[in-house]
Amino acid sequence: MTTQTPLTVPTRDGHPGRTRVAATLVLEDGRTFRGASYGALGQTVGEAVFSTGMTGYQETLTDPSYHRQVIVMTAPHVGNTGVNTEDDESTRIWAAGYVVRDPAIRSSNWRATRDLEDELADQGVVGICDIDTRALTRHLRERGAMRVGIFSGDAAERGDDELLDAVRTSPQMAGAALAAEVTTAEPYAVPAVGEKRFTVAAIDLGIKAMTPQLMAQRGIEVHVLPATATIDDVLAVGESGPDGVFFSNGPGDPASAEHEVTLLRQVLDRGLPFFGICFGNQLLGRALGFGTYKLKYGHRGINQPVMDRTTGKVEVTAHNHGFAVDAPLDEDSDTAYGRVRVSHVCLNDDVVEGLECLDRPAYSVQYHPEAAAGPHDAAYLFDRFVELMTNRQTNHQQISASEGAH
Amino acid sequence: MPKRDDIKSVLVIGSGPIVIGQACEFDYSGTQACRVLREEGIRVILVNSNPATIMTDPEFADATYVEPITPEVVEAIIAKERPDAVLATLGGQTALNCAIALHENGVLEKYGCPLIGANVDAIELGEDREAFKGVVERCGAESARSIICHSMDELLAAAEELSYPVVVRPSFTMGGLGSGFAYDEADLRRIGGQGLQYSPTTEVLLEESILGWKEYELEVMRDHADNVVVVCSIENLDPMGVHTGDSITVAPALTLTDREYQRLRDIGIAVIREVGVDTGGCNIQFAVNPRDGRIIVIEMNPRVSRSSALASKATGFPIAKIAAKMAIGYTLDEVPNDITRETPASFEPSLDYVVVKVPRFAFEKFPAADPTLTTTMKSVGEAMAIGRNFTEALQKALRSLEKKGASFHWDGELTKVAAERALEEAKTPTDGRIVLVQQALRGGCTVEEVHEATGIDPWFLDQIALVNDVAAMLAEADQLTPELLRLVKRHGFSDAQIASIRRMPQAVVRGVRHALGVRPVYKTVDTCAAEFAAATPYHYSSYDEETEVAPRERPAVIILGSGPNRIGQGVEFDYSCVHASFSLRDKGFDTVMVNCNPETVSTDYDTSSRLYFEPLTLEDVLEVIHAESQAGPIAGVIVQLGGQTPLGLAQALEDEGVPIVGTSPGAIHLAEDRGAFGQVLAKAGLIAPKHGTAFSADEALAVAREIGYPVLVRPSYVLGGRGMVIVYDDDSLVTYVEKATEASPDHPILIDRFLDDAIEIDVDALFDGEEMYLGGIMEHVEEAGIHSGDSSCTLPPATLGDGELERVRVATRKLAEGIGVRGLMNVQFALAQDILYVIEANPRASRTVPFVAKATGVPLASAAARVMLGATVKELREEGMLPPSGDGGAMPAHAPVSCKEAVLPFKRFRTKEGVAVDSLLGPEMRSTGEVMGIDVDFGSAFSKAQQGGGSALPRSGAIFVSVANRDKRAMLFPVKRLVDLGFTILATSGTAAVLKRNGIEATVVRKITERDGDAPGEKSIVDLILDGTVQMVVNTPSGQDARADGYAIRAATTSADKPIITTIATLAAAVLGIEAGLTEEIRVKSLQDHARDLDLYGRKDALVGTGATA
Repeated sequence: MTTQTPLTVPTRDGHPGRTRVAATLVLEDGRTFRGASYGALGQTVGEAVFSTGMTGYQETLTDPSYHRQVIVMTAPHVGNTGVNTEDDESTRIWAAGYVVRDPAIRSSNWRATRDLEDELADQGVVGICDIDTRALTRHLRERGAMRVGIFSGDAAERGDDELLDAVRTSPQMAGAALAAEVTTAEPYAVPAVGEKRFTVAAIDLGIKAMTPQLMAQRGIEVHVLPATATIDDVLAVGESGPDGVFFSNGPGDPASAEHEVTLLRQVLDRGLPFFGICFGNQLLGRALGFGTYKLKYGHRGINQPVMDRTTGKVEVTAHNHGFAVDAPLDEDSDTAYGRVRVSHVCLNDDVVEGLECLDRPAYSVQYHPEAAAGPHDAAYLFDRFVELMTNRQTNHQQISASEGAH
Repeated sequence: MPKRDDIKSVLVIGSGPIVIGQACEFDYSGTQACRVLREEGIRVILVNSNPATIMTDPEFADATYVEPITPEVVEAIIAKERPDAVLATLGGQTALNCAIALHENGVLEKYGCPLIGANVDAIELGEDREAFKGVVERCGAESARSIICHSMDELLAAAEELSYPVVVRPSFTMGGLGSGFAYDEADLRRIGGQGLQYSPTTEVLLEESILGWKEYELEVMRDHADNVVVVCSIENLDPMGVHTGDSITVAPALTLTDREYQRLRDIGIAVIREVGVDTGGCNIQFAVNPRDGRIIVIEMNPRVSRSSALASKATGFPIAKIAAKMAIGYTLDEVPNDITRETPASFEPSLDYVVVKVPRFAFEKFPAADPTLTTTMKSVGEAMAIGRNFTEALQKALRSLEKKGASFHWDGELTKVAAERALEEAKTPTDGRIVLVQQALRGGCTVEEVHEATGIDPWFLDQIALVNDVAAMLAEADQLTPELLRLVKRHGFSDAQIASIRRMPQAVVRGVRHALGVRPVYKTVDTCAAEFAAATPYHYSSYDEETEVAPRERPAVIILGSGPNRIGQGVEFDYSCVHASFSLRDKGFDTVMVNCNPETVSTDYDTSSRLYFEPLTLEDVLEVIHAESQAGPIAGVIVQLGGQTPLGLAQALEDEGVPIVGTSPGAIHLAEDRGAFGQVLAKAGLIAPKHGTAFSADEALAVAREIGYPVLVRPSYVLGGRGMVIVYDDDSLVTYVEKATEASPDHPILIDRFLDDAIEIDVDALFDGEEMYLGGIMEHVEEAGIHSGDSSCTLPPATLGDGELERVRVATRKLAEGIGVRGLMNVQFALAQDILYVIEANPRASRTVPFVAKATGVPLASAAARVMLGATVKELREEGMLPPSGDGGAMPAHAPVSCKEAVLPFKRFRTKEGVAVDSLLGPEMRSTGEVMGIDVDFGSAFSKAQQGGGSALPRSGAIFVSVANRDKRAMLFPVKRLVDLGFTILATSGTAAVLKRNGIEATVVRKITERDGDAPGEKSIVDLILDGTVQMVVNTPSGQDARADGYAIRAATTSADKPIITTIATLAAAVLGIEAGLTEEIRVKSLQDHARDLDLYGRKDALVGTGATA
């Protein structure tokens, strides 16, 4: 075991230098990288995933979908713009560990309030730096996502076998039900910006702050409910019940989300407009009877080309998913809820990126139209939700009008 | 939607000669476009006047017109070829301006060949600043507050409203020509006045100052289905105020949060849609206020640009190639990403490395020019480097410049006072400011202080401070440990820097490093941060853990490129490297290119089997060779084609056991060392002008008196004529020697007898040890004494007779044998009083190789590469790569005449007082590029070359003549002929008197130094030039008398953009050219047709092939 103190650059002109000690990253297949400590000292285990976004580390770290995952940043320089009070996607950092090559010494941005590394340390996020992140990424690409441990300080003093053992005995991502660990404890409401037009019940499976914000901007009052919410809780939101229901993104294996799938079927049964993102897309898939499967190494980045098969246009989108829906691309499927088509597909690998019910007001996408971080190309999907809810209101008015005529 | 089926032929317009602001990046983009279009089965017609480009090689187009890019000539080509469409977005501003003119004069409509890739409305919206402001506003973004002006009065009023300082931006000029900052009214009158002149629409935009803001660029692509992707973000390290071409730039942007970056992206996409760029690439520039993030859209270019070439190399996303595909109807999702092969091009590249581009300047060539960097671009080239972090990329980029003092250093103690002085100096952006910044930080200035002084973002400064910290650790360490070396290397330190800090020889550092096993690994540029496997071996070095160099079986030939463009070493050398790569790949070799110039075709990832984007220093090259030797067999390393850069490494490489193919380093030494070369000449019975070597002023005087004035003096380490002058007397010689402070035992001064009135002859030859193939013999138009790179020349030689040509042939062969050339050699001869002198011989590819190849239709560079790898001229003749018999030294009588003309950048450079620098030609090279005219006779070819160079000879009007006494006899006949052709002659009193005595009418005009004479207020010659009365200026400098008048005249001519003739030999040529222009129709002919008619290969009517394939 060689845990030699890494060479670090000393403190300079009153700018706090970072004290770094040796750190080791161990993959479950035994491959080991030695680097220097970053963020908190100690040990962490999780699923190793790589993210190719070159901007948006603050949003990424605070995205609940990364719960129990160790994020490998392919961009070498991380922390350049520090952290600020505006860009968090939730109340804390969810990533289980953080792997970067060249952490910033100094933050530089007019909005920055702190250094990223202080934030990581304070939140107890164990990281590692100064390793060949590209080699690690290539390894994950070839061998698939796998469990990983980061050990620094005293935790790194143990023998390699012991470290590997700690990784191999940690829980797997497949089969994990994690919504309960990330969801809000209490319901809360995000008020509509301007005139309120609709009420939506949003099931928080790990929701990002930008999602209700984008809905609110469209005149939607968003009632965010815990993952344990029942159909009665859903129907009880607002003054006269929801105009639509939303299922958020979130961590874990969709195959383990029984309660959520049941709830979603109840929503579909009632014909309520439904919109799902990411985990919400996988749940819609399951509710419709499709299977889900784990991708070899997932899609994580903000540069993924997705074809909107309705318009034939390509959008560049933010992705963060390790699982996907198994639905036929070439033809519409007949399901218990009528015909369903794959509305969006990833052009890199033909993974299903969106579902659309043709006979119900329900659709979902696997990627992140709320961006944060990422491009805004897919923001139109929120408008589609508004359209569905508008149509429903119009139909209802027509129905009540025609009923009134009798 | 698949390819359009209504387009069967496309006219591609190139960018013409290399000038500042428009360099070989357009050869790269144009070459890509031509290749793509031909792959799609489209007939490609190309027009480009620049013979040094790869795109103008006959195999890249079906019909290649090396003709001037003017609306008249291009119309003639359209009329002849009748293309279905015109593609003008890959040829820079030159092509775009030509396309707009063809649209406006109805030619495109008349011949039914619409523009593809961008429409005229979009071009105009992008380029018309006022209209563009409206676009920005409609996109919900902001422009700098500004006011359009068409006169000086309007300018002055506008400046009052915006308050100084203000930015002056002339409309429709390229590379920011004529723009600048005005801090007060005097500045405004000067810069604004020039700007009104530069603008073809006499339009100048005055703008609020955003000096010191952060500057960003986005490279955006759009297809006709409205899919848009951002290929690359680029951040300028130098804040607003320095032209982006002159800034150090970084990709990706490193100091923006996602919110801010996405805001730029949203605006960029909205703008490209609003402008209506149909398909293709465009570039949008932003300024961001570092205090509050306010974003201002500066400008957009609705075409492929210098930045898109950089972005293509930085990301692996080939913008020009994809733009060409978009133009013929494909959408982004239909085109595969070349690098991953599996994924489509409709994505945004993600980088897991940092790219730094640094500009290379040539202020040493223009000592009078103000070296302050402004919004007018002044750099002549650039180097790019890739590293796994910023410090590594930056340090690699700086050493890629191959310029003394360009890299960070830690020499000597640095006091706080000295640091503060460096900081004070760094407030003004200049070439090398980054080193001042590093010194200021090293000497104890804080990041905050440096940020305050320079506006450079604190993050970058902090990284430079980090480099200093690492240097300090290195200096203080007891010994070099593997950990320390790895840390130092991770931050980009070269062995040379380590050697200097540790005070030990570089070779020792290398030895220790290798012994400790500290070597770089090679990573891959793959567009996707390793998310998908890359099929393209495009590598860069880094001190990291895992290497990605794949094993190979075929023998590899490593070709060393020519590094950043500079005056004297430009695209011509890239041409030869690229050809070598193509022809050797065809012969079963794996070719491995090493180069660091992002503008070139050689650094296109599909030119060679493998590409290493690396600095061309001994250390970096040795490491590449080591990595490749681990990967498979190496057949050899080619140092002969990339100019002086690789040639300078030859001996050191051989000393390290590297197999150099072609001419051996020992033979190179024979040609380069004066003493050794003297022996070669003596053995061959050839003579050189008398010469000597001096180590001091006294010695220099003795030598000069011995050989007789005038003498040509230069430092011995000269490149491209650096520091070379002609000296006529003792005083000037002493002054020169004292100024050449580097004269030392290691660097003596060389003194040559200068041959007055000699004809200079340039020869490119190929030699295999047995047989010589004379590529071509060129006769210079200017007499000896003008640097060969700055003089125009003709092939076949316009005035040399068979006897002289035979003497040249015999002498060349003797030299090739004596030196031991295997491959190319260039020889310069001077013919004076019927004696043939050898000026110099360079056993390498020369600047003229591409010109010779085009003029004779023979792929000389490809053949040279083959000879270096062991093929004989005989074999190449049999193979059909070279003609079966004869060569370019004996052109048949029916051969057309090709004329090469240099293009000079004087207009770009201003003195501190704002006057154009002197345009006199001399032994120091100053041209940035060249054009070629090819036609039936010399006059027509010369006329075309002048037209292609941007200063077309006049057809009528007034010509001003003022010549030195020694030229007065020689001027009579040409001036008489001008009068006969209907020109009026203006002359200074002395010249006019001589003309009058010889019966030639001339109007006397007063010199600027002559007081107002009889008619008060009478205009001086400078006034007449500036107001456009004079159409051409003939001004030959007189030996040693006061040059003030001559300079003022030449500076005014440069400013007025009129042809200027500074040697009497050129005057004679110009008269022939003018006459040809007056009497003849526009005649256009493709290189393919020229070659067919010339028929050196004896194929009769067979379609010409040049042997090499793309």
